[in-house]
Amino acid sequence: MENVERIKSEEMINRIDSRLTKNKVVKGLFFTATLFTSIILIVLLYRIIVQGAPYLSWDFLQNFASRRPEQAGIKAAVVGTIWMMAVVVPTAAIFGVGSAIYLEEYAGKNALTRWIQMNISNLAGVPSVVFGLLGLTIFVRLFGFGNSILAAGFTMSLLVLPVIIVASQEAIRAVPNELKEASYGLGATKWQTISRVVIPYAVPGIATGSILAFSRAIGETAPLIVVGIPTFVAFLPSGVFDSFTALPMQIYNWTSRPQEEFHNLAAAGIIVLLVVLIMMNSVAVWIRNRYQSR
Amino acid sequence: MRVMSFIGVLGLKGAIGLKTKNKELSPVHELLEKKYNGGFLNRREKIIPIILFFMAAVSVLTTLGIVLTLIFETFTFFGDVSIVEFFTATEWYPFSKTEAVYGIWPLVLGTLKITLIASLFAVPLGLAVALYLSEYAGARTRKIMKPILEVLAGVPTIVYGFFALTFVTPFLRGLFPSIELFNAISPGIVVGIMIIPTIVSLSEDALSSVPEPVRHGALAIGSTKWETASKVIFPAALSGILASIVLGISRAIGETMIVSIAAGSTPSAALNLTSSLQTMTSYIVQVTTGDAGFGTTIYYSIYAVGFTLFVFTLAMNVLAQFISKRFREEY
Amino acid sequence: MTLTAVKSKENNQAGQTENVLVYNTKDLNLWYGDHHALKNINLEINEREVTAIIGPSGCGKSTYIKTLNRMIDLVPGVKTNGSIEYRERDIFNKDFLVEELRTRVGMVFQKPNPFPKSIYENIAFGLKIHGIKNKQIINETVEKSLRGAALWEEVKDRIHEPAYGLSGGQQQRLCIARCLALEPDVILMDEPTSALDPVSTLKIEELIQELKQRYSIIIVTHNMQQAARISDRTAFFLNGEVVEYDVTDTIFNSPADSRTDDYISGRFG
Repeated sequence: MENVERIKSEEMINRIDSRLTKNKVVKGLFFTATLFTSIILIVLLYRIIVQGAPYLSWDFLQNFASRRPEQAGIKAAVVGTIWMMAVVVPTAAIFGVGSAIYLEEYAGKNALTRWIQMNISNLAGVPSVVFGLLGLTIFVRLFGFGNSILAAGFTMSLLVLPVIIVASQEAIRAVPNELKEASYGLGATKWQTISRVVIPYAVPGIATGSILAFSRAIGETAPLIVVGIPTFVAFLPSGVFDSFTALPMQIYNWTSRPQEEFHNLAAAGIIVLLVVLIMMNSVAVWIRNRYQSR
Repeated sequence: MRVMSFIGVLGLKGAIGLKTKNKELSPVHELLEKKYNGGFLNRREKIIPIILFFMAAVSVLTTLGIVLTLIFETFTFFGDVSIVEFFTATEWYPFSKTEAVYGIWPLVLGTLKITLIASLFAVPLGLAVALYLSEYAGARTRKIMKPILEVLAGVPTIVYGFFALTFVTPFLRGLFPSIELFNAISPGIVVGIMIIPTIVSLSEDALSSVPEPVRHGALAIGSTKWETASKVIFPAALSGILASIVLGISRAIGETMIVSIAAGSTPSAALNLTSSLQTMTSYIVQVTTGDAGFGTTIYYSIYAVGFTLFVFTLAMNVLAQFISKRFREEY
Repeated sequence: MTLTAVKSKENNQAGQTENVLVYNTKDLNLWYGDHHALKNINLEINEREVTAIIGPSGCGKSTYIKTLNRMIDLVPGVKTNGSIEYRERDIFNKDFLVEELRTRVGMVFQKPNPFPKSIYENIAFGLKIHGIKNKQIINETVEKSLRGAALWEEVKDRIHEPAYGLSGGQQQRLCIARCLALEPDVILMDEPTSALDPVSTLKIEELIQELKQRYSIIIVTHNMQQAARISDRTAFFLNGEVVEYDVTDTIFNSPADSRTDDYISGRFG
């Protein structure tokens, strides 16, 4: 009996080595995969910087699009993107936060609420090109906005709306119940409690989520193509009903030309786009870290 | 008791010093009484929920708008083109002046090719990264990888498209000269890169939500980390992992810019991966960048294609929700 | 009801000729969904006294005090019948707005819950929501309330600093001060010292003794010594019912019900 036991435990001990080796190999593989993923990002950024950096100049930011690469710039695209975001930010923020407040604070736990909630999560999964089709049909044609800043801005607002709603809902849900109780206990009405206690507390979370959503809107191309935003624009818009072009449209235009010079311009445009996005993301991360401890 | 009332007197004294002689006559009390008598609530309390409800209704209207738009315009399209042809013809050739053919199959096949390559690339890689981060990596590695994945997730697809066309395609063609300038492999891989963050972050959430005692239980009987991960943690997190893959695939199906830039614009029913093709999304882009006039059959065809695309992605999203809901009660 | 009879006898013993009720609860029943949490509660609560509500956890004491200012409305799926009269007005009556009720009846919660604002803003909050904007009135009330909560001396140099910088006991006194700013008639306290250390607890108890001169106080506590120390009357709740309600001395020294005796002497709970 004792012998058998000893042999059995010896076998187990002998097997430990091979099991540990296997563990090490797998760990190595997984680590390589992780490293590889990081390298992809580094290569991507490196390639774009090397290709585009020489084309970055004051002139590049100051010039309109041109058939001659050396004279081409992104002025119209940058200004157009700013105009579009001037429509997207208030529209999406107001409707997004409003929807979130309704769903978290006012809506009953009933079938209608669940249905709205399901709608929102499904909308988040609809491809952006389909939002483009919606914008083309409703805003461009039905409402007659044409390929204007307003049409593109509304389309983008609808695209990012689900993201903002979900982020705001989470932020509102994270408001401690004790604070709401304190407010109600002093005789505050529901809206007073929401506007003076809940929203101020949820603002950092709402801001973080919204900034990330807006940075998505800045980089989206497909819906702009579908609503018919032109790429070659040599003037600046003066109102929301004007036609315009946007940064990703300009990059797309240059990328789809065969000449190498235009590709370099596209890379330079991408650098500008990425700098803007990284700045926005840093602000979002800063807000998140600053208020996380609370 | 003495001491306490002494403090009380002090407290009251402070109050008296502030010209408030007694409780009943304080200005606060007076103002509040006035409010009680003059009606307590204002109209705002009733109007605001209604306004907010209409804001929440915008999401529902958007869904409704998408579905109705697609259905309505698709119907118009089927006035010109037979629905049988749409589903059975194996050619998509809308730009012919004389004999236009509208069979969706080549576009669906193009989408499937891209999705397949993207999944083959992203699923193993994404799961490996997720397992490494949740089971092996220390806090420092995680701290480095989180922002890297966030940046990868935040890179606009137009940038990925540019990367596919100007770096991945030339790189692949250097290795395999038979690959054409526009092909399925390069955009497929880059779409894979694009969905890696989705797969990693959702899978990692699923893996790390397996309770710590489960992990300790396996480790305590002498399992190695890999045995714990593969035999205990991975099965326990399977539903979340599957849902992450399905969501990744859904995003790959709907991806537009990478394929528009790097996959070409030739609808092809051939099975090879090295030559130009067209997906559902890139067809919509091709038509809307061109000058197919409003009201033409080609114009309406983008809605029929968009509708098909919508059905595909909706099915995937519903499947993902079903998987994660179905198996949620495991722990 | 027998309870009332006992009570009036006690009143006579205590030599009180006149007792003004702030709250009169009549046949109150309350359900959380299917759970019958309060059963036929009948309680009369006197003005300018400290009324303690004791009982084991889950006995309904917290539910009852939250019903008194209708904070219970915030819990979904609650149903009530019977009535609670506050100064002879039915609090469930539609014309009696909860906002008014809660302004007249202040509440202090189990965990100190100051707003993430300055000490000053915490107290000004109640005034501002009720439309009092006059800076002078607000300033005066802030000081007066902090003095009333015996906190002024400790914080007078930093009233514009965040309330979260205060200790737990100070935060709870700030919450009391926040109540006092609205000059309520009644203050409800739901286990106000359960999250505090003994020294802070003592301070709050002293404060309650003092506040009693001007306010009616109803306090839920799981701490029987506390009830014995500070209250004039005590109600013992068990399984959603009032087992006994009487002058505190009687409850603790010669309870009429054997269950009260068992609880007081620590045989359960």
